[in-house]
Amino acid sequence: MLRFDSSGKPFIIIRDQDQKERLTGSEARKANILAAMTVANLMKTSIGPLGMDKILVDQDGEVTATNDGATILKNMQVENPIAKLLVELSQGQDDEIGDGTTSVVVLAGALLEESLSLLEKGIHPSKISEGYEKACDIAVKHLLTICDKIEFDKENYESLVLSAKTSLGSKIVNQYTDKIAKISVEAVLAVADLERKDVRFDLIKLEGKTGGTLGDTELIDGIIIPKNFSHPQMPKQIKNAKIAILTCPFEPPKPKTGHKLDIDSVKKYKELLEIEQNYFKEMTDLVKKSGATLVLCQWGFDDEANHLLLQKKLPAVRWVSGTDIELIAIATGARIVPRFSELTEKKLGKAGMVIEKSIGTTDEKMIVIEKCSNTKTVTILVKGGNKMVVEEGKRSIHDALCVTRNLIKDNRIVYGGGAAEISCSVALNKASKEITGIEQYSIRAFSQALLSVPIALASNSGLNSLEAVSEIQLQQLEDKKPFLGIDCLSKGTSNMKEQNVFDTLRGKIQEFLLATQMAKMILKIDDIIRPTGQY
Amino acid sequence: MSTEAFQPARILNQGSTQEKAEGARLSNFIGAIALSDLISTTLGPKGMDKILQSPSNLLDSTITNDGATILGSIQISNAAAKILIEISKVQDDEIGDGTTSVVVLAGELLKEAEKLIHKRIHPQTIIKGFRLAKDIALKKLRSVSQDYSENQEELKKYLKKIAMTIFSTKILTPYKSLFADLAVDSILRLKGSTNLESIQILKKTGGLLKESYIEEGFVLDKKIGVGQPKRIENAKILVANTSMDYDKIKIFGSRVVVNSSSKLAEIEEEEKKKMLRKCQKIVDHGINVFINRQLIYNLPEQFFTDNGVMSIEHADFAGIERLSLVTGGEIVSTFDHPELVTLGTAKLIEEIMIGEDKLIRFSGCKEPSACTIILRGSSKQILDEAERSLHDGLAVLSQMVKNPKIVLGAGCTEIIMAQAIEEAAKETSGKIQIAMESFARALTRIPTIIANNAGYDAEQLVSELKTKHYKGNNTFGIDVMGGKVCDVQKIGVFESLLVKEGMLLKASEATEMILRVDTIMNSAPRRRGMN
Repeated sequence: MLRFDSSGKPFIIIRDQDQKERLTGSEARKANILAAMTVANLMKTSIGPLGMDKILVDQDGEVTATNDGATILKNMQVENPIAKLLVELSQGQDDEIGDGTTSVVVLAGALLEESLSLLEKGIHPSKISEGYEKACDIAVKHLLTICDKIEFDKENYESLVLSAKTSLGSKIVNQYTDKIAKISVEAVLAVADLERKDVRFDLIKLEGKTGGTLGDTELIDGIIIPKNFSHPQMPKQIKNAKIAILTCPFEPPKPKTGHKLDIDSVKKYKELLEIEQNYFKEMTDLVKKSGATLVLCQWGFDDEANHLLLQKKLPAVRWVSGTDIELIAIATGARIVPRFSELTEKKLGKAGMVIEKSIGTTDEKMIVIEKCSNTKTVTILVKGGNKMVVEEGKRSIHDALCVTRNLIKDNRIVYGGGAAEISCSVALNKASKEITGIEQYSIRAFSQALLSVPIALASNSGLNSLEAVSEIQLQQLEDKKPFLGIDCLSKGTSNMKEQNVFDTLRGKIQEFLLATQMAKMILKIDDIIRPTGQY
Repeated sequence: MSTEAFQPARILNQGSTQEKAEGARLSNFIGAIALSDLISTTLGPKGMDKILQSPSNLLDSTITNDGATILGSIQISNAAAKILIEISKVQDDEIGDGTTSVVVLAGELLKEAEKLIHKRIHPQTIIKGFRLAKDIALKKLRSVSQDYSENQEELKKYLKKIAMTIFSTKILTPYKSLFADLAVDSILRLKGSTNLESIQILKKTGGLLKESYIEEGFVLDKKIGVGQPKRIENAKILVANTSMDYDKIKIFGSRVVVNSSSKLAEIEEEEKKKMLRKCQKIVDHGINVFINRQLIYNLPEQFFTDNGVMSIEHADFAGIERLSLVTGGEIVSTFDHPELVTLGTAKLIEEIMIGEDKLIRFSGCKEPSACTIILRGSSKQILDEAERSLHDGLAVLSQMVKNPKIVLGAGCTEIIMAQAIEEAAKETSGKIQIAMESFARALTRIPTIIANNAGYDAEQLVSELKTKHYKGNNTFGIDVMGGKVCDVQKIGVFESLLVKEGMLLKASEATEMILRVDTIMNSAPRRRGMN
């Protein structure tokens, strides 16, 4: 790019510009939109109960098979900056809501696709943005009018299970939806504070284990740590355990500053020997004195210390992971103690029962901490025939947990199967007629883009997608029933109320907002500069 | 301004590739089917073995027909094939046997699915049909299984038959009766525990496979220290994990600095004294046998000899854990409180000879369930394969004791399941029906492959077998030795329900997983040597 100053000398604005590429104006926009559409198209086939999975092979040849939008995008190794934005978009939805990570990307892609024709008509991108903004507003307001409330309490949680089932329906676990949805909901309810409408996710632990099938997945009341006791002769069962949680190794101290300790005489040798022996004794004595009956340590044990622990009848577990330590600390009310000298009785946690169990038929043992004193904690043990299934099972359950949590926070729902989108689309179409000016076009485009999700849903289900969607549109218009959607599973009714397919209102609103925001952001870009010859 | 360099549709990293829809499915099918074809020749009593050569050392080869072992050692980049390898591994961990059949069944299911996809049936419809078929098969399988949990005597008989069925597909075939006895005997000692740790398998080259035998008690493949008693009755054993070479000071950063050789000698002297003090403490436990995980140097060994204590050094970690389990002694690392230490006991410890090697036998231990199976064979490869086979058998038997349900082998159960599915398919309308029929076909492929591997006219035999079943003879199967259809109960081929169940469930789960995929994204392989 060349500019001339007042005296006619050229000066350079971009450094090393001959080594950079640049796209501006509508070309830049088109390039971006195309990239976003590519990503969206890729994700489309994963939508809905009959959507397909993707296999991702990572750099080391490890295989992941998944249906979860956020996971696919995260592991895709995207390079294009716009595609990267979409990856973040999906991530954002995942962090905030946990579900709808695929739909949000598809919607954003569709919004951009629609804007392409608007751009060609010569509408300025910022006008399009404004229109989208307005359309999104209308859509969200419309969602609020069509939403329903579901009722539940600790005993009657059928309705929660139903919505968890919608979320699980598109995953590989759908064979066992009934069971897994129930487990997920029970897990959430176990830790939920219904009055404050709060769910602490860190109290639900997801542990995976190969063996059996997904149907063998179980909910365990307590915490599982995949570890053994440090000495094979320690008792395998401790009742009313008082737990000391240590983050210091049972080893002689290692000062962090570099030092050397020279032994140059027999006396010093003896002294040092004594000091060493005392270290171990002191450590174990301190622990014993505190009244602990179980030691969980983040680090390793020296052989001698290990044996001393056994002699003092102190069962111990070593190399417990940091996250497990935190969870146990929360659950049992223990304090995490970084030094032996700071261990006191007050800092011990309490649990009704700690037991070493072998789960499955392999020799792998796990320690289960049950009846924790402080807070209720639960573990969902996910089983499956191979580790890819287990991993996917964990991801799916995580989604179901998120959905349940969202419902506890806000019990309003909208109907799934594309019903909400179609209803919003119809509403927008109507609204557009009352708006004059260019915005009308953008609103119509938005309304069109909303249909992308139901269309993808229908085409994945093997229906004639456009026909199916337009039929529902018509029905919704005529009957004024916002709960008509795509009948993906050929159950014979498009009434989503009867099929019990619903999404959370929160999730849906978030989806609209995030997708609109992303589309606006991408539309605003009119200049791409990037170095060439990098590869 | 160049626009060609911008390829907006390309969103992935350099070197990453993407396969979509048909392409992805094709690559999955090809990979998985190739893998299952590769391994299907090892299926059945007359299946063939494979030689696995390690890439680094050509002399180091393994000969095996164990599915999990074969699959575990071949390197594969195809994603679907990796899933199959994984299920075989899990089947091995969980049940121990059926590692080949699970992969073969998954492969056959995928072959059938491929045909259906060519007929334009949606993968999700196929999955639906397969699920339904799997449920029916499972139900049928469970209903035809016989439960022997009430009848322990009967169970023992069947345990042997099951073991023989397992061994008949392995290298142990000629001596399957002997090995079945060995396996059943050692499993019954466990009294229902599935902890195979206390059954030790010791391989000694020399002799013949049929000279293998079971040794009461525990045999340790180590040597007794020089000049120490070779036979100790009423042994009191201290099992330790402590350094007996030189006891370094563990305080971080300590080192010995001396400025004259006399001082060096002093410190050395002190070191020796320290070691001897430790030895004295050990002897003070009132023991006559000392077994350490780590090395024992000459000085302490000498001390033990002088005190009439038998010392055994360098018993590895697994050995130590097993010893402490068997003798009931705890693993000790500090020696200041003899009164708190539980010592291990054994009625008799003696040195025995097997072939040309000296071994130490512990008999009359506290834990009577312990035993050692001594495997003899003419080469390392044979022994390794025999151990794998024996391990498979032991694993299945130990599960059997817990869950004593038995089904008929020799392809009988597969046909029963297939026919149950076909029956149900008749009443199912829609495309699902076709998928169910395919599932049934895949199941019947298993006996077909087994008969094929044995060199018979497989299709003929299987169709005869099917007719028998249609006529209501539901106990018929293929006698692979005689090459004819016969009553399986008469030839005594029984299998564990768990193996069959695991095969069915895992294979269909993996198939479903592979069928659900419509895109494969390969990341660029990590570049080596970049840093």
